[in-house]
Amino acid sequence: MFWRTAWLVLRKDVAIEARSWEVLTTTLFFAVACVMVFAFAFVKDGKAVDDAAAGILWIAIAFSGTLALGRTFERERYSETLRALLLAPAPRPALYLGKLLGMLALLTIAEALLVPMVALMFQATLFSRPLLLVGLLTGGTLGFCAVGTLFAAMLVRARSRDVLLPILLYPIVIPVIIAGVRGTAALLSTPPDDATAIMWLGILAAFDTVFLTLALWTFEPLMTE
Amino acid sequence: MRRLLIVFTSLVLLAVPAFAGQAPAGQSGFVPVDSLPPSEQLPAAPLLISAYAFVWIAVIVYLFTIWRRLNKVEADMRSLANKIQR
Amino acid sequence: MKAFGPVAVLAGLMLAASPFMIAGAPYESTMGLVQKIFYFHVPSWFAMFTAIAICGIASIIHLFKNSPRMDRIAEAAAEIAVLFGLMGLVTGPLWGRKAWGVWWQWDAKLTIALLLELTFISGILVRKYGGPGSDKLAAAVGIFGLAVVPFVYEAVNIWRTIHPLTSVVPTLPAPMAGPFWFCVTAFMLLMAALLMLRVNLGKRQAALDELYLALED
Repeated sequence: MFWRTAWLVLRKDVAIEARSWEVLTTTLFFAVACVMVFAFAFVKDGKAVDDAAAGILWIAIAFSGTLALGRTFERERYSETLRALLLAPAPRPALYLGKLLGMLALLTIAEALLVPMVALMFQATLFSRPLLLVGLLTGGTLGFCAVGTLFAAMLVRARSRDVLLPILLYPIVIPVIIAGVRGTAALLSTPPDDATAIMWLGILAAFDTVFLTLALWTFEPLMTE
Repeated sequence: MRRLLIVFTSLVLLAVPAFAGQAPAGQSGFVPVDSLPPSEQLPAAPLLISAYAFVWIAVIVYLFTIWRRLNKVEADMRSLANKIQR
Repeated sequence: MKAFGPVAVLAGLMLAASPFMIAGAPYESTMGLVQKIFYFHVPSWFAMFTAIAICGIASIIHLFKNSPRMDRIAEAAAEIAVLFGLMGLVTGPLWGRKAWGVWWQWDAKLTIALLLELTFISGILVRKYGGPGSDKLAAAVGIFGLAVVPFVYEAVNIWRTIHPLTSVVPTLPAPMAGPFWFCVTAFMLLMAALLMLRVNLGKRQAALDELYLALED
């Protein structure tokens, strides 16, 4: 029942998205625009400063993730579908999990575009340790989305939700972003600093465990009116 | 009242390091040295005094905001009570 | 509220006496006079973490039991946490300017302390601008804020950092430990007094809201 509910929520979101591709296209475009803006902030004498690629990659992920979170839940708000979902006799944490999986899928697609783009444009050796890179990206994205989905879902009912989402989200997920940036920067050094990257991966795993547990635990009381 | 308090606090905070860093007057010539003598290197006392002053000022300002908010609530209460009586 | 008078008076007296206690403490061998900021800096973090713990626990109870009283305590504790965090964030750089030569270092402990401060400020903002239902949102912020605390505490021991380690406190020599724990007690009492005052304000605000509702009916 639990996993089936999560799967149904995910399938519903994908089906809605497949009709217009609105959130996906706007998120991808915004991510690319983010890279451009920050590229020019960190380029000196035609070359990006050290570790800029790692920072730019994660900033683009965080910013476009926030945009996608806002848009996804705005859609739920229009026709009060989230309320309908919450009224259904389904386990609440499963609803959260379904939404979370949808966000993860969306950001994974964005990352599939962003990572090669950053690697090419900044001559970053991102692919020297593919497994570690995938680990860092998964850990970072999971931590970001775990908190982001919870807060975006709660904010559906609040006033001035567009402003409040980044205000609430960033202070809490910045540790995740820091771990992602430092871990990725360790991979970019020559030779890649595996030990440091693995340490940050461990910290990411700790954050993910804590955030995911807390989010699953508090989703039900938070969504009760 | 509030603006006055802010001005006063900032004056105090600005003045403490400025007074401590004043140069000795009445010199007839300059003598260059390679490194700053230890006694001249950033005095610690103003930093210490600013830190303590800040703690006090923060508490007082916070108490003031509570007092102001409480006064506002009580005033609203009174006006509401008057309205009910009428 | 009955305890407020004695706690407030004691906190005021201890805080007034603390400069004399600190003046009597010995100088630290390498940092000298500026090290004495420590006697206000560390207790302010102790007070902040206590306020965060109160806020987090009250938030959990409010979230699961829907208790307006706990919500008021969480609201008050969040504000107090921001206040003491601000003290820590201001006194710290004043020390760092002399000890490190710079006001701020992008160091693990400093960064996460700043993040915690921002987290609790965001909790206040959400209460102010979130509209109805924002108490639950603020409760979630309080819980996540509490969850970050162990990371801050451990950060300095795990990550390479130039901030003095947390092991400084339990190994303080006796003439330093006396004034230090005196200051910690003073700050804790101060925190308790401010908390009670702030909770009382929340209570009056709730009473006012009820009066408004009664008037509308």
